[in-house]
Amino acid sequence: MFIQPLLWLVIFGAGFGLRFTIPGLSYQQVIFPGIVGQTLLFTSMFMGISVLWDKEFGFMKEILVSPVSRFTIFLGKMVGDSTSSFLQGIMVFVIGIAIGISIDPITVIYALPIMVLITFGLVSIGLTIASLIGTLESFGAIQTFINLPLFFLSGALFPLKGPGISLPSWLTTVAAWNPLTYGVDALRNVILGTAWTPALQIQPLWIDIGIVALFDVIMMAIGTWAFGRMK
Amino acid sequence: MPHVIETHQLTKSYGLLKAVDKLDISVESGEIFGLLGPNGAGKTTVISMLCTILKPTSGTATVNGFDIVKDANKVRKSIGIVFQEPSVDDRLTGKENLYMHANLYGVPASEQKDRINRVLKLVELEDRADDLLRTYSGGMRRRLEIGRGLIHYPKVLFLDEPTVGLDPQTRDHIWKYIRELKETEDITVVLTTHYMDEADRLSDRIAIMDHGKIVILDSPPNLKETLEGDVVAVKANNISALSDLVTKSLGFEKKQIVDGALEITVRNGKAAMPRIMELATQNNIYVESIVLREPNLEDVFLHYTGRTIREDSGKELHGMAAIQRRAIK
Repeated sequence: MFIQPLLWLVIFGAGFGLRFTIPGLSYQQVIFPGIVGQTLLFTSMFMGISVLWDKEFGFMKEILVSPVSRFTIFLGKMVGDSTSSFLQGIMVFVIGIAIGISIDPITVIYALPIMVLITFGLVSIGLTIASLIGTLESFGAIQTFINLPLFFLSGALFPLKGPGISLPSWLTTVAAWNPLTYGVDALRNVILGTAWTPALQIQPLWIDIGIVALFDVIMMAIGTWAFGRMK
Repeated sequence: MPHVIETHQLTKSYGLLKAVDKLDISVESGEIFGLLGPNGAGKTTVISMLCTILKPTSGTATVNGFDIVKDANKVRKSIGIVFQEPSVDDRLTGKENLYMHANLYGVPASEQKDRINRVLKLVELEDRADDLLRTYSGGMRRRLEIGRGLIHYPKVLFLDEPTVGLDPQTRDHIWKYIRELKETEDITVVLTTHYMDEADRLSDRIAIMDHGKIVILDSPPNLKETLEGDVVAVKANNISALSDLVTKSLGFEKKQIVDGALEITVRNGKAAMPRIMELATQNNIYVESIVLREPNLEDVFLHYTGRTIREDSGKELHGMAAIQRRAIK
């Protein structure tokens, strides 16, 4: 899991940075919050597999017949898996600073709660899918099918709006419905500070956070429902 | 409460297949109730419904007085379960698994330590309590699971095929625990099995299940009784003479000659044997051998279903899951 963010930041960042012009920002700086988001996305979705392992080894049965509400079970699973995913996200900061991307280390402190919020919703997607699908093979296939569109349509690799940026309207429309768009935008708001000007922002920080939090609540409700159906 | 479990027309269908078909059973408080039948008879489905894992298609059931659908959470609090397949976390130690269970069932923190130590003692795992589950043998895991099911003082303990896949010594060991449980704890045990001897040795009452229905329900001695007694097989130098004599003098009507031996079906074989011997001696018939065969549950099963218990052990869901699981490992 170290390698992937490193490749994106170093190789992709260097290659695509050639033609990138936003005053006061390097391309690596711009995609850095995007790669944090991407790492959270991929690891969180992957964590859904823990449900499948628990089922596979029969341990889930012990939990499901216990007098504990489905919401509590879901919450426990979500917080547990989010922890691992969250730690992976922090590793991206370490990598980013290590390879010399100019980010203010203090911004990490502001980014952490946002990362937690993003992780909750994404882990919930992974858990919901895993509990509905039930087999490892199908889970792997569906996971890829969801991961890549969410990633590419989140603005993680390019700004979705700003001076001189004109993207096809279908792309911006789809991106506007992608919860990760707001997660990445929130991260950029805090990590890049004033350099991420209102002209580049999708939404002001508090609206970004509101949307991500709303998404979390919806996903947790869906996840609890999905756990209730699990056998 | 006389009946700790009651089902009324309990049914579970999968499409056209009726896994459990209008089941009516009552389990008395404090008994060991055996559900016996071949694989695929619907035993596990019954248990799953009573444990609130599956919802019935129709019909109702109560466990400890609580409805399995409406009061599912209260049912869950009243029961302990040992599943057919292992359900422990093998990356935790024995003790950690038990603590986890105690927490899930809301056992007060002040009591947890005592209860866990007591259970570990009962299943004789005190010395291995701090070892990771992955270092346990199959029998030890089973014992831990049985112990785990008792931590929250359940009213009913469900054991789904508790000894399947275990070696004979371990099976014996586990049977011993189950019998001890009945003596020492205030608990009702519902046991499913496809082993005849297991059902015979453990159960107070046995329900024989086949194709989702109860074929017959009674105590093991009564079930054997329905077969109209024992078989005494006699080999002698003059079989036809002996055959006539037992009917004339002793009044035994049911008999046949199989492989040169006279097989007489009698109510009480032990009492009949000396009388047959006496009769033969008085009439100068030399008896080569005399064998008593008491009916076992296998005969009972055969009698009621028309086939032996193992011949029809077709594919069941667990089979597929087991294969997939092996593939992943």
